[in-house]
Amino acid sequence: MNRLILRTLLSHWRSRPFQIVTLLLGLTVATALWSGVQAINAEARASYAQAAATLGTDRFDSLQPRGAETFDQDAYIALRRAGWDVSPVVEGSLRLGGERYRVLGIDPVTAPTSLPARPDLQGPDLTDFLGPTGLILISASTTLPPDADLPPVRVVEGIAPGTLVMDIGLAQTLLTMPGQLSRLILLPGAQGTQPIAEASGVVFDRIAPRGDGGGIAALTDSFHLNLTAFGFLAFAVGLFIVYSSIGLAFEQRKPMLRTLRALGVPLRRLMLVMVAELTALALLAGIAGVALGYLIAASLLPDVAATLEGLYGAQVSGSLSLRPAWWATGLLIAMGGAALAAGDTLWRTARMPLLSAAMPEAWHGAQARAQFWQGIAALGCFALALVLCFTASSLTAGFVLMGALLIGAALALPLVLATILRIGAAHARGPLSQWGWADARQQMSRLSLALMALLLALSANIGVGTMVMSFRDTFTGWLDQRLVAEVYVTASDAEQGRVIQAWATDRVDAVLPIWSAEARLGAVPISIYGVAQHPTYSEHWPLIEALPGAWQSVARGDGALINEQMAARRDLSPGDTLILPTPDGTDWPLTITAIYSDYGNPVDQVMVDVGLLATRYPDIERLRFALRTADAPQVIEEARARFGLSSEQVVDQAAIKALSLAIFERTFTVTGALNILTLAVAALALLTAMLTLQLMRLPSLAPLWAMGLTRAALARAELMKVLALALLTAILSIPIGLGVAWVLTNVINVMAFGWRLPMNLYPMDWLRLIGLALLTAAVAAGLPVLRLARTAPRTLLGVFASER
Amino acid sequence: MLTVTDLHKSFETAGQPLPVLRGVDLAVTRGECVALTGESGSGKSTLLHLIAALDTFDAGSIRLEGQELAGLNDRARADLRRNRVGVIFQQFNLIPSLSVGDNLAFQARLAGRFDAAWQARLTERLGLAPLTDRWPEQLSGGQQQRVAVGRAIAARPALVLADEPTGNLDEATGGAVMDLLLDLVAETQATLLMVTHSAALAARLDRRVHLSLGQVSAL
Repeated sequence: MNRLILRTLLSHWRSRPFQIVTLLLGLTVATALWSGVQAINAEARASYAQAAATLGTDRFDSLQPRGAETFDQDAYIALRRAGWDVSPVVEGSLRLGGERYRVLGIDPVTAPTSLPARPDLQGPDLTDFLGPTGLILISASTTLPPDADLPPVRVVEGIAPGTLVMDIGLAQTLLTMPGQLSRLILLPGAQGTQPIAEASGVVFDRIAPRGDGGGIAALTDSFHLNLTAFGFLAFAVGLFIVYSSIGLAFEQRKPMLRTLRALGVPLRRLMLVMVAELTALALLAGIAGVALGYLIAASLLPDVAATLEGLYGAQVSGSLSLRPAWWATGLLIAMGGAALAAGDTLWRTARMPLLSAAMPEAWHGAQARAQFWQGIAALGCFALALVLCFTASSLTAGFVLMGALLIGAALALPLVLATILRIGAAHARGPLSQWGWADARQQMSRLSLALMALLLALSANIGVGTMVMSFRDTFTGWLDQRLVAEVYVTASDAEQGRVIQAWATDRVDAVLPIWSAEARLGAVPISIYGVAQHPTYSEHWPLIEALPGAWQSVARGDGALINEQMAARRDLSPGDTLILPTPDGTDWPLTITAIYSDYGNPVDQVMVDVGLLATRYPDIERLRFALRTADAPQVIEEARARFGLSSEQVVDQAAIKALSLAIFERTFTVTGALNILTLAVAALALLTAMLTLQLMRLPSLAPLWAMGLTRAALARAELMKVLALALLTAILSIPIGLGVAWVLTNVINVMAFGWRLPMNLYPMDWLRLIGLALLTAAVAAGLPVLRLARTAPRTLLGVFASER
Repeated sequence: MLTVTDLHKSFETAGQPLPVLRGVDLAVTRGECVALTGESGSGKSTLLHLIAALDTFDAGSIRLEGQELAGLNDRARADLRRNRVGVIFQQFNLIPSLSVGDNLAFQARLAGRFDAAWQARLTERLGLAPLTDRWPEQLSGGQQQRVAVGRAIAARPALVLADEPTGNLDEATGGAVMDLLLDLVAETQATLLMVTHSAALAARLDRRVHLSLGQVSAL
């Protein structure tokens, strides 16, 4: 019996192939966008975890020198002698053929046995690894430039992409760090005869292991959450197509379902077969969706990897792996989405009376009741959004706020449009115009889902677009303010730094050291930057909030400036006291005198007097300088010639700005791509709704044709109606989009990155988007309208004639 | 008023032409009410559709008030339908998005011949005055067909074409609708050509034309 029922149900699709294509396409696209985003996130997180595992920071405590990048390897030897079971690590980055690689130097004898990068002590690799030529271990996904002058390379499993593992001596040579180490791995249960500081003579920070991929994973969480939110939005928009197709199929299959019931098919059996049919369709679309998602992810991943490296310095593999868990999740999502979209239909099937006459009035009553509850739900969403505007204090709350705003707007859209159309109909002159308004209102019930999808896509587009443009404008202005020096120089070593400083002092108007120390405040890393006493800072540095005499206080040595993200994360304000750690273990109390904007920096930052920094942190690298000069090209040429500096070591202001802007632009490439994909899905939703609607339009249009309207006139009227609805939707999406932009700039950005952006308005972009919405609607309506204009009279006559 | 000469029409069915009208000849004078009868599949509705310029014919001629319909383009056929013909369908085919009042006035307004006084009188005559604010789906079958009759008559067309106008109604209701239709056709001096299966209804008209196998035949 099941087979017979299934065959009967499937016969519906045979006669309406377009409908099943729509259903499968909607579910495929929805699954593809969702699983594509998830694939990107999974790949990135796997890379973080692998990087942490390679470095050993996921399982072992580390000892890092306080306030310095490196420390003398004698301290390591002293600790070993004092009985401490520690293993040395040298870390740094190396540029080869324009690509940046992470160098990891380890000591295979003392390194923990579970460290994936450690070569097998019993195998032949060890001899090569420790031999005079050396051996470099890399992952299969890492490619090195063929002309790189490196020791032999061997591919092994378990190493993070872009990482070169080698013996500590070789790493010190390649990174020009003779006798220096970056950190020590503290093996479990390690215990010495003396305390660490006493035995080594160095103040170390003990860093606990992080099992979730380390600090990078925490830093990039907000980025991945943003991607997930976008994937979810696209998924939801895709589900509108599925819901609409399933709903239409239900309406058309109603007589068949009643007949089956009347012929003795039990309701439970019918429901089971319907669920089986849906599951099969969902599986089919799920497989296609996951495959398409893989292609989307593979094409977006290089940009994501570049963004993550540019923003957070995170190394992510640029190629995608096939993960069974991801495939399974994609299929589950497809089936979950199908169940969500079909839930209402299945529920209505279960409650459908066996004998049901057409009850238009009852249907109208039910529609009115449904609209009432839809209105109440919309108000509820808006109320929740309003409350969250004032109370949201986490990233999740920020996204709930945005979701409530978008869902509320989508629910309210049909009601608002119906009201506008009712007013339009009341003021319409001429029978055709009057019919147009009234008919558009009636079509609303069928088109509303597609229009809701369009509203969501347009609002997200305006919101994200406004945020990105505001960010770009703010960022550009901020760069102009902050990058005032004409030339930036990086010395090769400390000695050269001293020489360059002495040379430049006589050669340029001002030499401003850019020296910094890395430290930890609580468990979180911070950067401490030193600033010189010069009007360059006091006149140009972009301060958000400051006490009077903020710069003088820094120059006196009792004040410090902090970046906006640090103030937001640690709830600090000007006037508060900040106690910084120092390498000698003493506290360094400072008064916060100002907060400055610091876009694009994920790390908390403090600015203090450079002289004091050099005193408190004597081991800081003194390599970078900003030079003020009216003769930048000449200074650059001289510096390169005199000190043999590369073009990367001496750069002018324009080059740094261009680099910063390039990183910025790449950061939003993925967002832009997802934005366009979401709009494309909305266009598809509108197209499928129009095509399915057209099949049901003939009974409404044929009488008009019979009364003397040409098919072309009817087609024009249909097109105008769709364009009018799209125009109204686009206009309504502007305030919603601005609401989304406000949430992004004032809530989500603050929570995710710690900085608040001024929100600018871009009316020309709105006009462009309205134009795009009209174009989308015209394209979506084009085919059905063309088909209508070419409908054979015989087809139209079919509406009237039951016989010939 | 209406002259149909040697009219031929075929439809493509399974790749084969299926002749439906095989040389129909018919002449109707102004003000005449003619019943078109015949068994199912005899081509009654097809003939009606061709006269209403809803479809094109393969050969022959249809002249309505002296105008030849052969060779008219889509726009000209639409003009003809709008200005000279009123069609009443068996399935009513009202416009569901418009109220009863708007449905009644629709074709008259479309043709630019809306007359408020005539519209009010017509609505009253049809017994629809209390129902003008309702929606088509809120009316009974008889009421809906009265709206369809009113819509066709409101523009005072020269020719009213009715395709089984009472076919979906019970006898009493159908009779009442027919009374109204004949009264209004007489009042507006229109010509009526009505497809019907009912011998009783056909008997109420001036003349009866019988179609059999796509040709006019003697009864």
